[in-house]
Amino acid sequence: MSEKNAVSINDVDKIFNETRDDEVTALSNIDLTIKEGEFVSLIGPSGCGKSTLLRLIGDLLEPTQGSVEVFGKSAHQARIDQDYGMVFQHAGLFDWRRVSANIELPLELHGWSKSDRATRSQEMLDLVKLPDFGGYYPRQLSGGMQQRVSIARALSFKPKLLLMDEPFGALDEMTREHMQIELLRIWEETGTTVVFVTHSIPEAAFLSNRVVVLSPRPGQVHSVIDVDLGQRTESTRQDPKFFAAATEIREALRAVEEQE
Amino acid sequence: MKTAKATRVFFTVVFVIIFLVLLWEGYKWMGQQNDDHWPGTNFGLPIATNDTIMPHFVDVVGELTAEIRDGRSSMPMYAFLLKKAWFTFQEAAIGFILGLTIGMGLAVLMSRWKISERGLLPWINVSQTIPLIALAPVVVTWGRNQGLPDLFSISLISTYLTFFPVAVSGLRGLQSPDAAHVELMHSYAASWRTTLFKLRLPAARPYLFPALKLAGSLSIVGAIVGEISIGRKTGLGRAILEYALRYAIFPERLYASVIGAAFLGLMVFGMINLAERFFMRRTREVAS
Amino acid sequence: MNLATFKSRASVLWPPVVIGIGILALWESAVVLFKIQEFLLPKPSSIWVELLENWEVLRHASWETGKISLGGLAIGIVTGVAFAFFATLFRFFNEGLTPLAVAINATPIVALAPIFNAWFGVTGSVSNQLVVATVVFFPVFINTAKGLTEVHVNEIELMRSYAAGDWTILREVRIPNALPFFANALRVVAPLSVIAAIVAEYFGGPQDRVGYVITWNAGLARYDVAWAAIAVASAFGLSLFVGALLIERVSTPWKSAVQLEETTKK
Repeated sequence: MSEKNAVSINDVDKIFNETRDDEVTALSNIDLTIKEGEFVSLIGPSGCGKSTLLRLIGDLLEPTQGSVEVFGKSAHQARIDQDYGMVFQHAGLFDWRRVSANIELPLELHGWSKSDRATRSQEMLDLVKLPDFGGYYPRQLSGGMQQRVSIARALSFKPKLLLMDEPFGALDEMTREHMQIELLRIWEETGTTVVFVTHSIPEAAFLSNRVVVLSPRPGQVHSVIDVDLGQRTESTRQDPKFFAAATEIREALRAVEEQE
Repeated sequence: MKTAKATRVFFTVVFVIIFLVLLWEGYKWMGQQNDDHWPGTNFGLPIATNDTIMPHFVDVVGELTAEIRDGRSSMPMYAFLLKKAWFTFQEAAIGFILGLTIGMGLAVLMSRWKISERGLLPWINVSQTIPLIALAPVVVTWGRNQGLPDLFSISLISTYLTFFPVAVSGLRGLQSPDAAHVELMHSYAASWRTTLFKLRLPAARPYLFPALKLAGSLSIVGAIVGEISIGRKTGLGRAILEYALRYAIFPERLYASVIGAAFLGLMVFGMINLAERFFMRRTREVAS
Repeated sequence: MNLATFKSRASVLWPPVVIGIGILALWESAVVLFKIQEFLLPKPSSIWVELLENWEVLRHASWETGKISLGGLAIGIVTGVAFAFFATLFRFFNEGLTPLAVAINATPIVALAPIFNAWFGVTGSVSNQLVVATVVFFPVFINTAKGLTEVHVNEIELMRSYAAGDWTILREVRIPNALPFFANALRVVAPLSVIAAIVAEYFGGPQDRVGYVITWNAGLARYDVAWAAIAVASAFGLSLFVGALLIERVSTPWKSAVQLEETTKK
């Protein structure tokens, strides 16, 4: 983990429908820095603005006030420079493209040659353990397989930052735990920074270096919890340190609820 | 939010209508100025702009209040059109109800047995490529032989057009519940009939209403076309045909009767939309 | 074709074939058994005889009507798609235009035929082609515009995360998304174009077209010839319908791809 900042969010407010009757303050006074190579989870009850925060980092939304910097430049420039990849809860694969063509989509838009694209998409399929599925259409695959393709697509151009919006939210528990291990392996192999939105306490505890707990209405940072579980394997899930981290997150979330 | 959208739609509609009227009158004016040629050229306009081919918009509207003769009596044009529209509406309504019944019957039959779906569905699709509408005169002759009024015979043409969307969308709707819902009904030891009434039919509503809107407008088309080929004392379709034949004398009347047919279509469409709101108060829409 | 695919195709084909033959047999025997008069419902066999007898007239008439429906189909599809793109580019118009188009589509558009005849003359084919084109336009426009605009929000966000512009989003997301909607509309309008062409002929026009042949023969009580003309027109409409199905198959291959079996999952 380097000391350079991957993301720095400075005193950000986000207000939707400003000056209208249905004005909503989604985020208020957010200050947060994420170091390069870090795995940070955003957790909180629904309506706390965790997805909004993720979209501010990705420049899919603009802050009403304050600034968002990604790798030392504006979030907008970072998007133009393609510094991050994004994964959604629903894999969001294009039905009309075969699996390999889905992975190649960002490469195509970046003007890669056909042979380079083919090589990279095969590498990515190997990385997510789906080496033989390039020729299928997304609808032919199971939900877990689709989500792995979606991760492969996000990683295909080797972004330095991965933004994940509840990526495993729609998967069953077994697939989910399996995907978590896979994600950690990919994270270690590629050294990317990950910002991970979730509403699952064990998931946040298991994956993250740091867990940011948000409180709702307006969305604010309630607390930041450091987690250090070292090298994680399936047996880490029985580790007292894991339980301790999960308990700490749970207590923070309870405090958030009582605050309301 | 909803009212804002409704206002926007309303204003677009008004805007489009005003735009079309201005386009109509502007084109007519331009043609009149340049002897039916594009200004400054020798290219003729595609549509002549004299008062027979393109009457003024105000004349068409004004014609609605003109006294016209209907048989021995005389009445204002709008009353005449309303009378004709009522007749056409009755034909369409009978056709619609018959089409709904037959269409739903087929949908239930096809959802009950997979084999009946495989056998019937292709033929239901094929049925709409058969222009049976062309046989309206035969249907009416047949109806008269059976002692049926022409009104009913014409509505059979409507039925032929309306059963199709109901059958196809009804089948999709009846098949729409998840396996989990069907299994839930199984777990209650519910009969096929109970499952139909408690699960499949309610689940089919969001699929059915778009089909009913289509069927509603098709029932009007069927009635109008059915009238064209037979019977003097029928509805709007016949009025349109007769004014088409006397176009040279009363061009405004043809336009007025076509606009009347359009309004009838819109009215039926509106009625089905209201019915949809009523029956779908507590459900959400699905993409169809 | 191996045995398995042959078997699966046969299992799709035999029920409609059996029912089709059944309907014809029932029809034929009902006419014979119940002594139904020919003018009410001719036997399929006598329709077939008349079809062969009048083949030249029918072939010519259906070709003339076919040209009108094909021409109208082409004009209606091109303008419908063009307007759909227009409505997508100018979002403001779309919010008002689509409900308007849906409402107009609910009106009996074929009633415009006499007006178009007055404008463009009854002797040529322009007038009737434009009636067909108007009938075809609305379903094509409504469906294509729907497909172009009703795109999943994640797909747009994904493209924006790639810093893709509106044009790229149109090409990569909106157009592929609209293809199934367009194909759906095509399936509806293909047979509709034949029916609209025949109905438009009721309001006058040249006498060598199917609509006229049907009404003329029906008027002379030669119902078996009228039915034969209907059969020819149906065959034409059916082939357009099958063509639309083929276009749908070819242009949206992902729709017909089969879900993988559970066993192949890892």
